[in-house]
Amino acid sequence: MSAGLSRAVNVLKEVIDAPIASYFNSCVHCGLCAEACLFYTESGDPKYTPIHKVEPLRRVYEQEYTLLGRLMKMVGLVKPLTDEELGQWQELVYDSCTMCGRCSMVCPVGNDIVYMVRKLREGMAISGHAPDGVVAATKRTVEIGSPMGVKLPAVKAQVGHIQDDTGLEVPMDQEGAEYMVLLSSMEIINFPEYLSAITRIMKQAGKTWTLCSTAFEATNSGIQIGVSDLARVIVSRIVDGAERLKVKTVISPECGRAYTALRWEGPNLIGRPYTFKVQHILEVLDEFRAQGLLKTQGFEEERLTFHDPCQIVRRGGVIEPQRNLMRMVSKNFVEMSDPSKYNWCCGGGGGVSANEDAEEIRLIAFKRKKAQLDEVKPDKMVTACANCRIVLEEGLEHYQMDLPVVGLTEMIAEHLVESEPGSQKE
Amino acid sequence: MSEKSGLLIENLERHGVSRRTFLKYCATLASLMALPPSAGRAFAEALGKVTRPSVIWLSFQECTGCTESITRSHAPTLESLIFDSISLDYHHTLQAAAGSAAEAARQAAMKLNWGKYIVVVDGSIPMKDGGVYSTVAGISNHDMLMETAKGAAAIVSVGTCASFGGLPKAQPNPTGAVPVTDLVKDKPVVNISGCPPIPVAMTGVLAHYLAFGNLPELDKLGRPLAFFGETIHDRCYRRPFYDQGKFAKTFDDEGARKGWCLFELGCKGPVTYNACATVKWNDGTSFPIQSGHGCLGCSEPDFWDAGSFYRALSMPADPLKVAATAVEIGAAVGVAAAVANRVRKSAAKAGHETATLVDIEKERD
Amino acid sequence: MDAALFLNWVRGTGLQIAVFVFLLGTVWRLFEIYSLGRKPDLAERRHVAGASGWHTILRRSVPIPGMMQRSGMTYIAGYTFHIGLGVVVFLFAPHIKLIQGLVGLSWPALPSQFVDLVAVVTLAAMLVVLADRIMKPVKRFLSTFEDWFTWAVTFLPVLTGYFAARHLLLPYTLMFSLHILSVELLLIVLPFTKLIHVFTVWPSRWFNGDASARKGVPI
Repeated sequence: MSAGLSRAVNVLKEVIDAPIASYFNSCVHCGLCAEACLFYTESGDPKYTPIHKVEPLRRVYEQEYTLLGRLMKMVGLVKPLTDEELGQWQELVYDSCTMCGRCSMVCPVGNDIVYMVRKLREGMAISGHAPDGVVAATKRTVEIGSPMGVKLPAVKAQVGHIQDDTGLEVPMDQEGAEYMVLLSSMEIINFPEYLSAITRIMKQAGKTWTLCSTAFEATNSGIQIGVSDLARVIVSRIVDGAERLKVKTVISPECGRAYTALRWEGPNLIGRPYTFKVQHILEVLDEFRAQGLLKTQGFEEERLTFHDPCQIVRRGGVIEPQRNLMRMVSKNFVEMSDPSKYNWCCGGGGGVSANEDAEEIRLIAFKRKKAQLDEVKPDKMVTACANCRIVLEEGLEHYQMDLPVVGLTEMIAEHLVESEPGSQKE
Repeated sequence: MSEKSGLLIENLERHGVSRRTFLKYCATLASLMALPPSAGRAFAEALGKVTRPSVIWLSFQECTGCTESITRSHAPTLESLIFDSISLDYHHTLQAAAGSAAEAARQAAMKLNWGKYIVVVDGSIPMKDGGVYSTVAGISNHDMLMETAKGAAAIVSVGTCASFGGLPKAQPNPTGAVPVTDLVKDKPVVNISGCPPIPVAMTGVLAHYLAFGNLPELDKLGRPLAFFGETIHDRCYRRPFYDQGKFAKTFDDEGARKGWCLFELGCKGPVTYNACATVKWNDGTSFPIQSGHGCLGCSEPDFWDAGSFYRALSMPADPLKVAATAVEIGAAVGVAAAVANRVRKSAAKAGHETATLVDIEKERD
Repeated sequence: MDAALFLNWVRGTGLQIAVFVFLLGTVWRLFEIYSLGRKPDLAERRHVAGASGWHTILRRSVPIPGMMQRSGMTYIAGYTFHIGLGVVVFLFAPHIKLIQGLVGLSWPALPSQFVDLVAVVTLAAMLVVLADRIMKPVKRFLSTFEDWFTWAVTFLPVLTGYFAARHLLLPYTLMFSLHILSVELLLIVLPFTKLIHVFTVWPSRWFNGDASARKGVPI
């Protein structure tokens, strides 16, 4: 057994727990999980069946943690995993899975398949079977600080532009601020309106906030590739920064995976609860709205729909805030079929968008989103995840659909009372 | 006894049975045995011509209930008349002779009718310890059976003891009791089981043999299909209650008084083949279920060992006896497996090497 | 061995062996599965009404929007035979008598003719389930020997029970013995095959529901 394979098996043995054991023993091969996975429904290829994606994990479980399985391995009735097999599974575990979690919602015997995919990635990655694109992103995050290689100077440059445009200060390393704001690389590079929007909203709400020079990046590629040790390194920067600056709440930006990593996996990675709260920007905005601190005016004219990012909604628990916020600025908001926690993935999360090998299947899977949009026929699509935005835009372009995609925070900011020229209300 | 000669039919006439009555009886008998109408006429012809055949009745480990059943009747019946009309040359209970005279009568009858006499057996045959547990005139049952069977035309095992071993064979079978068919292999044997059997089952078979010279169609256990072809359950008048799920739960509850099905009180009707539900007992007066008691299954082999008479058929014999042990051993194995698992997992955790960037990059092809 | 003695063995010793292996196996396997434990979750929990592992145990029996259209046969045939099995096993008078004798509990039975009808529907549903497994690409892809075997092991008790109750195919005593024997086979293989989902489906749904519920998502 090669060194990589033995480490893979070892780490899988570490992560297999009672839930996973329960799940594998409950699976009755009904195939319903496939019907919930857009990679299967749009391609028709049974190999994308979610429970099949975690077959290597099942083999390790059976052969290491069941008496009968160990006996069968001893007498040769079952074969141990090979490095080659892990290689074969790479496309199933990474290219065609965004860890969107729909499979976990439909399994009639209650299997949390996405949980198992996450755990399997630990073994896949450690044996060198993660896709190049995702490995590279992780390397950049660990070494440079961001998956897209964004460094502090670039951030500072953005900050400079925003201060010039808005005339407002963007605090950096402000100790004792109530909120610490994180950004995702995608936003820094592609959607700088986000930080601008935050700046103005915070001003209106009258809240103290700050960026952190040592922890401005929210995206956690360690989670995407599935290596907890690396994910810990990445999330620790945020924890250290937040604790150093003694902030009350850390705000996770419009990035799906960042929220999951920070809010839900973070404390388990560092082995202790946080001393601060973590909220998604949508939660913060909704709180401001409820407290009357967010004043908007005017309504969007167009027919809007909302794409619920998997990691924020189904896997994150932020379900109502975005709806409240949409209704603040739109009277023409229609839900897609299968809305909210039932939403279909954009197809690009979980490392898929960073993975060149996956481009073909990702675009095939996008047909599901296309079908949803064809049904609703919106004029504009709103979402709250920068990665979703990119993936959606690419997909729409591929299928030659003329539909703009905007972020919710920046849409709210456009309607902020102070932003209307010539009307100076409280 | 062997002095009375003459045709059977003349004998019947002397007893006041008219020819017409005799013909009616033969027709009824044929119908009862599901034979075609022509058989009734054949019966009449054949039985009419028959001279009184010799019958040697051997009683072994029995309770005499079979004899009681066949001979007891409240009013003279044709069965008993026919019975009188065979030459019963040897019968412990009924014969007048005793002691060596009785044995002499048996030997004489055998010699006189060699190859033509019928042997009726009731009771099982003990085989343990050289067969000492039942002897007649110092001769073991086994020896007497084998000796007498040699010249027999056919053997009729009457009652469940002779047919299948019956009560003496029930656990622990201290005498080593066996049925007739375990010993006699070279003669036609018919088993008329029941504890006791229904009288007409006996006489019907005898009449058939006397008339046609062969035994009627038999089932896999050697019982005449005419009387043992259906289960009690399939002919029981209380069957509709079974189908509706209406069961008596005790012997004097409302269900019992309403005549509901006795399945829950242990009735073995579903697994018992006999004619009780149709022919009934005491000239069709009643049968156990009609009287409110479940069928014991007395015409089936090993019915004494087939579970309590009062426990429903669906109730097995105490599998939970082993439940506690099974759970204990299961828990022991389970705990062992659990410990093994925890140890393995801890070892894996202890063997954790912190992942580095090099790890995820290496082994690229 | 004649039919009555075979029935006696099947009802007596045979059943003891089957119950023994079933209990031993189930206790062992449940220990083996759940001994792996679950690390406590250190992330701060959200509390949302209607979201908990217990809710999911019940709610998971209802398909989410859109799934009925995508895979209706799985749900319909699956539910039909599960419910049918439940009715035939637990609401048929002789079975209730059996349970009463074993553990003392009893409850009213349904009329035997109705159970008879349900048995036929169950058999039909199981045949549909089998056909579906053969014909649908995903199911066929996933199926192993164990899937076909456990199908047969579940089908036979219903089939033999139906035949016995109706006196079909073989003489009653033998058919009845085969019915009990088929149940014994089912009991023996249950703890060591996917049939153990009878027990593990509840904790699985709970774990899954709890993991989601702590994030505030009722599933």
